Amino acid sequence: MKKILTSLALIGLVAAGTGAIAAEEAHNAAAPTHFPINEPKEMSWSFTGPFGTYDKAQLQRGLKVYKEVCSACHSMNLVAFRTLSDLGYSDAQIKTLSAEYTIHDGPNDAGDMFDRPGKPSDHFPAPFANEEAAAASNGGAAPPDMSLLAKARGVERGFPQFVFDIFTQYAQGGPDYIHSLLTGYDQTPPAGMVIPEGTHYNPYFMSGVSLKMPKPLSDGQVTYDDGSPQTIDQYSRDVSAFLMWAAEPHMEDRKKTGFRVLVFLLLFGALVYLTKRKVWEGVAH
Amino acid sequence: MSATDIHDPNRRDFLYVATGMAAVVGAGAFAWPFIDQMRPDASTLALASVEVDVSSLTPGMSLIVKWRGKPVVVRNRTEQEMKDGEAVKLADLKDPIARNANLPADAPATDANRTTPGKEAWMVMVQVCTHLGCIPLGQEGDFGGWFCPCHGSQYDTAGRIRKGPAPENMAVPVFKFISDTKILIG
Amino acid sequence: MSEGHSTYTPKTGLGRWFDARMPLPRLVYDSFVAYPVPRNLNYAWTFGGILSIMLVAQILTGIVLAMHYTADTNLAFGSVEKIMRDVNSGWLLRYLHSNGASFFFVAVYIHIFRGLYYGSYKAPRELLWILGCIIYLLMMATGFMGYVLPWGQMSFWGATVITGFFSAIPLVGDWIQQLLLGGFAVDNPTLNRFFSLHYLLPFMIAGVVVLHVWALHVVGQSNPTGIEVKSKTDTVAFTPYATIKDAFGMIVFLFVFAYFVFYLPNYLGHPDNYTVANPLKTPAHIVPEWYFLPFYAILRAITFNVGPINSKLGGVLCMFGAIAMLFLVPWLDTSKVRSAVYRPWYKLFFWLFVVDAILLGWLGSQPAEGSYVFMAQMATLFYFAFFLIVLPVLGLIETPRRLPNSITEAVLEKNKGGSGHPAGATAAPETKG
Repeated sequence: MKKILTSLALIGLVAAGTGAIAAEEAHNAAAPTHFPINEPKEMSWSFTGPFGTYDKAQLQRGLKVYKEVCSACHSMNLVAFRTLSDLGYSDAQIKTLSAEYTIHDGPNDAGDMFDRPGKPSDHFPAPFANEEAAAASNGGAAPPDMSLLAKARGVERGFPQFVFDIFTQYAQGGPDYIHSLLTGYDQTPPAGMVIPEGTHYNPYFMSGVSLKMPKPLSDGQVTYDDGSPQTIDQYSRDVSAFLMWAAEPHMEDRKKTGFRVLVFLLLFGALVYLTKRKVWEGVAH
Repeated sequence: MSATDIHDPNRRDFLYVATGMAAVVGAGAFAWPFIDQMRPDASTLALASVEVDVSSLTPGMSLIVKWRGKPVVVRNRTEQEMKDGEAVKLADLKDPIARNANLPADAPATDANRTTPGKEAWMVMVQVCTHLGCIPLGQEGDFGGWFCPCHGSQYDTAGRIRKGPAPENMAVPVFKFISDTKILIG
Repeated sequence: MSEGHSTYTPKTGLGRWFDARMPLPRLVYDSFVAYPVPRNLNYAWTFGGILSIMLVAQILTGIVLAMHYTADTNLAFGSVEKIMRDVNSGWLLRYLHSNGASFFFVAVYIHIFRGLYYGSYKAPRELLWILGCIIYLLMMATGFMGYVLPWGQMSFWGATVITGFFSAIPLVGDWIQQLLLGGFAVDNPTLNRFFSLHYLLPFMIAGVVVLHVWALHVVGQSNPTGIEVKSKTDTVAFTPYATIKDAFGMIVFLFVFAYFVFYLPNYLGHPDNYTVANPLKTPAHIVPEWYFLPFYAILRAITFNVGPINSKLGGVLCMFGAIAMLFLVPWLDTSKVRSAVYRPWYKLFFWLFVVDAILLGWLGSQPAEGSYVFMAQMATLFYFAFFLIVLPVLGLIETPRRLPNSITEAVLEKNKGGSGHPAGATAAPETKG
């Protein structure tokens, strides 16, 4: 046990050293060097933890926010209409929903491209023909595709938080970040901070002091039918949860399977352990 | 003999059998995803139906669409072809079953049963030889229907096997007219 | 051990028929049933078996993933997402494979550190150790190329940085880099050849594993005391004793593995790899997979020129040197005693080395700036000092503790304190079962 104590002491020394570095690099508020300026707020989500499931009503609201707001600029290329059955929609509802979209298809027998109503097997159409067009219409920065956004964004958690995350199963860095970013507009930058022309200050943005995207949501912008509050905060939560589903549609299945696998391994492990004890009985080792 | 034998042998045997069975169950469960992944995936299944516009087909014309990776022929048959098809006696058929996915599995292979009610002029059929999967040529062979160049199977104007090594009539897929000019296959 | 005669006697007529023509059952019996293993092996010795299981699992999941994957820069990212979304059980197979790579390295690092702690590399096991080092190198190449295949941002930029090492070589560097890439930058030819090699290398690993196990069966297993097997009472039969113990170790390991696969499948990956590769935009902060981080920290620690060697070449040399150290360990260690159990000073330095390796790993994940660079330089210095100074010098000056005369004596001594099974120790275990 002495060796364990020795190593613990060393880890402690290292940790203390790290703390000292952090203190020494106390940042200048007007010219920060590390982003995001503010850590994302940790929200409570229905899909966290070993038994987490998606809240279908929330996903439906999130889809509405995506359809009415985000989809004006952001594509969601990897998500097919047919998968919206995960949100609790019936086949007929999905058919109607997909038919609202126009899909550019072709060529037909005459060799021409044509437009047709969407089918459940189609994916969400992109708002721009290509990335160059998207960039040109949005001040030079193409809005990222949203299919995987909830897994493609995550603010580094740092030591020792990343060790605790193993035990708390923290895997919601993406939704936490998206929610914080969407609710992080309208703040006054610190005195003396330079905000580049055409960008918007947001202390939760992970790659700078400001971003090209203007504040996308405002209170009352999207009408909810289920009586949920029509606030920026609620919109942001709903769309973040929806994007988590879009990025990881099989999460519920994964966690359910995982629980069964772990229970099996526990029981099997106990049996093998008892067998091992029996086999080694009477053999000193 | 070993020291372990002084213990109750039944308990030890039970433990070994239970452990062995758990191992078998675990191995089986682990093997399943490896087999499961071979099945058609969700995007493939989603493409399982196609809509065909047949407004341009006058009698004697056909078109071919790809459905589930196979050619499906849609033929607007001529009067003569329909007459030839109706004239065939069931007893002369090599395969007396309709092979029509829209009908019960034991429906007899009458000309009408090979088509859909009210639209008897229209043949909708998977144009794949039931012998070994080649694509037969249309309006060829001794029966004015289809002829498979690979091994010489001959089909009549209703796509029924009449001669050659193929065992069955060509398959009629699930389809319906959603309007006078549109067919939904699958 | 191996020179002992085979004890296999086929019981059936068919068994004798086979044995006379192709004695495969005899080989299996001699290698995995009757094979004598030291009776005092602890759970650190189960990692050899765990690694074999992980290799097989990686090959199996890899083969089925290759049935759905497309190695084309325009399609690769989408084909991986198709696996994740549409292919039946695809998400499971892909998470098993990507996390499997990480846990393969977890197991190999424990296996290597176990070898270092108990002196398993010392004569006559030098060749066994070197074959292991070769497997480790092949694993690194396989892991690196596998990470490129999903064609995310980290795939692309990781490949760019790592193939950039070769451009540091004087005179022929650029030529070698272009040879590896099949172009002037990472692109479609690179992705295609990496896919081909990523599929090939695991089978080469399996081949070297066969040699590794062969060499092991010639010299026999080392053990926590580091004393060679002297008599029959020192050993037990591989089956059932080692098999069942290995099985238990494997299940515990698989439990942790499954926990990550099902609950934290992206914990060990990087979010940037869920953004499709963009050759025109570098991510803010490129990091390799966690299992390369210590070497990455060493690479970046060299920020200064040394004579004719510039800092880039120096970093690459140090990084490859850090791996080369492992190959030299059997000759760097001068100690007459194998196991750290009887070497108090070596034990201390060993644990310092473990902490140093973890520290280097953490530094590799941090931006190379400020005091991190100095810490990385100090940690790199200790890394090399451990191999080049501690191992040779400690063996000459350290006074080891008294060694037991045999494994049996050590086991008896250990069990004296507890309840103990004096009768069991004198029984000949090989006659059991």
